[in-house]
Amino acid sequence: MLAEKVFLLKLAQGDLRDMTPSQAGKVSLLNREKVTRPLIMVNSSTSGIVAGARETWKAIEKYVSERSIDIDLCESGSIGLSSEEPVISIQMPGRTRIFFSRVKADKVVSLLDDLFHQVIPDHLLIGQLRREGQESWADVPFLDEIPFFSLQQRIVMEACGIIDPFSFGEYVARGGYNAFLKTIRSYTFTEVCDLVTESGLRGRSGGGFSTGQKWKSAFQTSSDQKYLICNAEESDPGAFMDRTLMEGNPFQLLEGISIAAYAIGSNRAYIYIRSEYEDAIRRISNAIHRLREMGLLGDNILESGYNLQISLRKGPGAFVCGEETALIASLEGRRGMPSTKPPYPSVSGYLGRPTVVNNVETLCNLPGIIKNGPDWFKGIGLPGCTGTKIFSVSGRARISGLVEVPMGTSLDVIIHDIIGGVEKGRDLKAIHVGGPLGCMVPPEQMKVPVSFENLKSRGLVMGSGGILVMDDKTCVVNIVRYFMEYVDKQSCGKCIPCREGTRRMAEILGGITRKPVDEEGQTTLERFKGVMQLENLADVMKDTSLCGLGQNAPNPVLSTLKYFRQEYEEHIFDRKCSSNTCTELRNWYIDVDLCTGCSICAKRCPAEAIIGTTRHPYFIVQEKCIGCGICYEVCKFAAVFYR
Amino acid sequence: MDEIARIAGILERFPQIKRNALIPLLQAFQDEFGYISESAIASIGAHLSLPTSKVYGLATFYNQFSFIPHGTYHIKLCNGTSCYMGGAGELLNEITKILGISDGETTRDGLFSLEVQSCIGACGQSPVLSINGKYYSGISVIDAREIIKQYQDDAG
Repeated sequence: MLAEKVFLLKLAQGDLRDMTPSQAGKVSLLNREKVTRPLIMVNSSTSGIVAGARETWKAIEKYVSERSIDIDLCESGSIGLSSEEPVISIQMPGRTRIFFSRVKADKVVSLLDDLFHQVIPDHLLIGQLRREGQESWADVPFLDEIPFFSLQQRIVMEACGIIDPFSFGEYVARGGYNAFLKTIRSYTFTEVCDLVTESGLRGRSGGGFSTGQKWKSAFQTSSDQKYLICNAEESDPGAFMDRTLMEGNPFQLLEGISIAAYAIGSNRAYIYIRSEYEDAIRRISNAIHRLREMGLLGDNILESGYNLQISLRKGPGAFVCGEETALIASLEGRRGMPSTKPPYPSVSGYLGRPTVVNNVETLCNLPGIIKNGPDWFKGIGLPGCTGTKIFSVSGRARISGLVEVPMGTSLDVIIHDIIGGVEKGRDLKAIHVGGPLGCMVPPEQMKVPVSFENLKSRGLVMGSGGILVMDDKTCVVNIVRYFMEYVDKQSCGKCIPCREGTRRMAEILGGITRKPVDEEGQTTLERFKGVMQLENLADVMKDTSLCGLGQNAPNPVLSTLKYFRQEYEEHIFDRKCSSNTCTELRNWYIDVDLCTGCSICAKRCPAEAIIGTTRHPYFIVQEKCIGCGICYEVCKFAAVFYR
Repeated sequence: MDEIARIAGILERFPQIKRNALIPLLQAFQDEFGYISESAIASIGAHLSLPTSKVYGLATFYNQFSFIPHGTYHIKLCNGTSCYMGGAGELLNEITKILGISDGETTRDGLFSLEVQSCIGACGQSPVLSINGKYYSGISVIDAREIIKQYQDDAG
């Protein structure tokens, strides 16, 4: 154990001069340059498990034990192809690693049968991982030749899905922890702050504030105790990059946290993680435990005189806790409500002490910056907006998953070239960038090169980087209503514009997507007035809300009123939803030729809108119909249809 | 073991704590009992010298805590954006219709409970629901009906 520890620490320092051949062999085994027996890695992160990775794992275990084949079976994180799960990768001794998609349990036997006979079944194939010193497979594309990967530049996600997230040895053998050791051995606190400021790294959670400057401000505030908090409360629906980073490469995050904590002179760090992220919690806890064993956490780390404790805190679930002051309130054991700034947390935060809150993706950038230098980082992306950004693409996209591209890549490239557009036979209608507080744009507006400023100048927001792809079968108004109802539920209730504004907006949007039952109360004019009020309300909320949640809540409404006004008008004036998503606006009819007059629809209709006599075709009274569609569901003769 | 002894057992694990440990304490109760009972809130208040109303006020703010016991089969339905587009709304209606419960409720026989989650992060497999940790992905309303029927049959 002790020898192992000494060996790994030496490796982390990059001190390889007096390494014996046997130790060098050990390194190549650790970083999987060589394997002595077949290695099978199953993506056991959340997206994999949901798709059935646990069953696949059991099937593989069964296969090898029945045939007494000696293999290494390991867990891995996700390579970002979340719609193609379960993804598994296989590395035969001396050969490159090959990735396969959609390997459900029932496909394991045929896949492994083929593989052990040196045949690559191409219907499940993704590609092979390029690596020097390994013999490549013929007629198998390299991952970096496939559009999904070739157009990405993975610096933060580089090892995700490739390494075993439970193995500290593998992380170190790939050059991990070198940056942290370099930090505590060769740099002063200020030097680290300056280095990161120079690299131009900016917060990845939406605001885009310079990370180095934030640190400096906390570092310069004198206090007996300072705190670093890693914000892993990723509660944006449709964003899963932080989770993937934590599940795929937890040591990278912890190294980043250690560097950041050192830079602000803090010896206490917290990871505030969503309690639903059970798999991420498991991996991070294991990683913290391993680092304590290695002496890389605790008191007097490697005789440097620097102490650091990292603890996990599970966030009990509130969208607003993604806001830093609300997060701090939640950590202090209060309701997660934001407070006014200034004072900024970097001056007075957790328990009144200087506190820096950094997002997971931001922190994961740090090891690379320290290791390769700020100039390397500045060379990626745009001047003033350096580095890469991870986007999580979901919705009706052909491939749902994570895309890491340099800043300055246009949305067009992400959607069309990397993801491959929408599903076959459909048309792209719009994309929504930035989660529930983001904006929706039509395809014509997608040429914009992504950066904080470029998006802002066009009225867009980066948010956390969630992109929702919508095709012609998606109703814009319905999605906006969904977002507004979500924000309404998540509003903390502290300030009135947000609490009441989101509720009113959700009501107005709900009114538009529903059929006006009571003509007296909600005539077309009233509904139209609702839209006018939406715009007024949006302005008030933007100007007067306390935190980013309220200020950005009207974004989906404003952007859709700008680009998709005709859809609102269609809902209001024609009472029609052309994508047939707003079920309550449907007009139902009974086909007289198919109806046998069984009367079941009339009996089940909650509005008593269906009339007729048995054994004769029935009829739906449109004025009474509430559009619930129960008649459609109960009809055994498929006689009910909608227009 | 009766409830009072179990409550005391959890509180013992958190000796001399300050308010900033209130959430971890509530989480310990949630994990142990599956819900937070009235007596639990009262004893937490006493343990921390905080008014019961403060403890309750905090617990109701967050989504994680529930105040009624979960059913034998706990259904978690993802209602993230991707799942919503994939039909999670219809699934929710269907489940509500079959079981007569909405978000955060438990059926009278104590068999099923329903929790709607904001996003579980499996956007590629939408819509997703899980019953006692077993995931069902890419399901339709008809699938959901059959899945629930199966659990009902299993329970007799």
